[in-house]
Amino acid sequence: MDNSSTLLGLLSVEPSYGYDLKHRYDRFFGERKPLAFGQVYATLARMIRDGLINAVGEEAGGGPDRKRYEITPAGTQRVLAWMFTPDVPSETLQSNLFARTVVALLVDDDAERLLDLQRAEHMSRMRELTRAKQGADLLRVLMFDHALFHIEADLRWMDLTAARLTQLKKELTAP
Amino acid sequence: MSQNTLSQHSLSPGTLSTPLIQARDLHKAFGRTEALRGIDLDIHAGEVVAIMGPSGSGKSTLLHALAGVIVPDRGTVTVGDALVSSLNETERSDLRLTEFGFVFQFGQLLPDLSARDNVTIPLLLAGHGRRVALRAADTQLDQLDLGGMADKLPSELSGGQAQRVAIARALVGNPRVLFADEPTGSLDSLAAENVLTTMLELVRHSGTTVVLITHDPRTAAHADREVVVRDGRISGARTLVG
Repeated sequence: MDNSSTLLGLLSVEPSYGYDLKHRYDRFFGERKPLAFGQVYATLARMIRDGLINAVGEEAGGGPDRKRYEITPAGTQRVLAWMFTPDVPSETLQSNLFARTVVALLVDDDAERLLDLQRAEHMSRMRELTRAKQGADLLRVLMFDHALFHIEADLRWMDLTAARLTQLKKELTAP
Repeated sequence: MSQNTLSQHSLSPGTLSTPLIQARDLHKAFGRTEALRGIDLDIHAGEVVAIMGPSGSGKSTLLHALAGVIVPDRGTVTVGDALVSSLNETERSDLRLTEFGFVFQFGQLLPDLSARDNVTIPLLLAGHGRRVALRAADTQLDQLDLGGMADKLPSELSGGQAQRVAIARALVGNPRVLFADEPTGSLDSLAAENVLTTMLELVRHSGTTVVLITHDPRTAAHADREVVVRDGRISGARTLVG
């Protein structure tokens, strides 16, 4: 997740103090990992330097909490570009599992068991997320669903790979 | 009227130390195809267990063997104190009628009967009077938010509503075990989620044991644990607490 663009996106809704901005971020996106105040203020300082936001209503001698931040036209353009640029589909989630599977086959170990263990781990996480959905508000339900669908995609890859292990091993160990 | 009065369970309840359902060394072949090749499985009372696996892995055959729909070639199935695999056809039929509920992918409602009449069927077959059956059907339909749909024909219901009626029919006799084979497989994601959530709320409240076949991990994630069947064998089973 691009924290910097997300904070900028929140500032495009309305000007905000750093304290309020951090709490708004945590409410929407910080369920598992709230932002540190230091990270928020460091990001805001960078955005001022880059001309994406301005600090307004600054009181003399005030600390960072006394500043109110508002987005500039350049910042708004940056937010629009961020929102409407599709993400590159990430393969990083599977890369380690892929490597472990290949190595297991190369050293003649039990790749199917390895996939079973990973599948159980994935299912366990899916059960946690499914339980967390019970009674949650719609914002959180959709956030949990997002995670569930991604984990499901990994599981589909595991099922497909498990069904092709024999063939994969033949190809890997062919002279 | 309490639904509990409809069915006096003859099966022992099963405890943490004694599973309600026990399968041992189950084998079943269809012609030269070995569908089950030595399955051992314990399911405790009140558990919701998902059976997963690729197409043709044997998961439906396993469900049918557990429910006494088919007889294994070898091995035993015990549900409570009933040795299901050694009962004759009539005894197995009685057991299915009084102790088990069934839900399938396509509700399989009788098209010429209203939702209410569909739900009464298991009770009428079990020998309950029509008035008792109608009252229980209405209660069950209410619990599935279908109170206003009781007079509708299956063709007048949405897919999700029809599946809820099928669930009402499966649960109306207060079964000890609910066997569900891809119960939300024909529904879109949102309808599937709603139907599944409602069904599981009801069964968890009543303590009904559920054996749920699904190929969908998001459906299986509602269960307490999953059992993966591959090539007629169980390839991985993880408990929620284990």
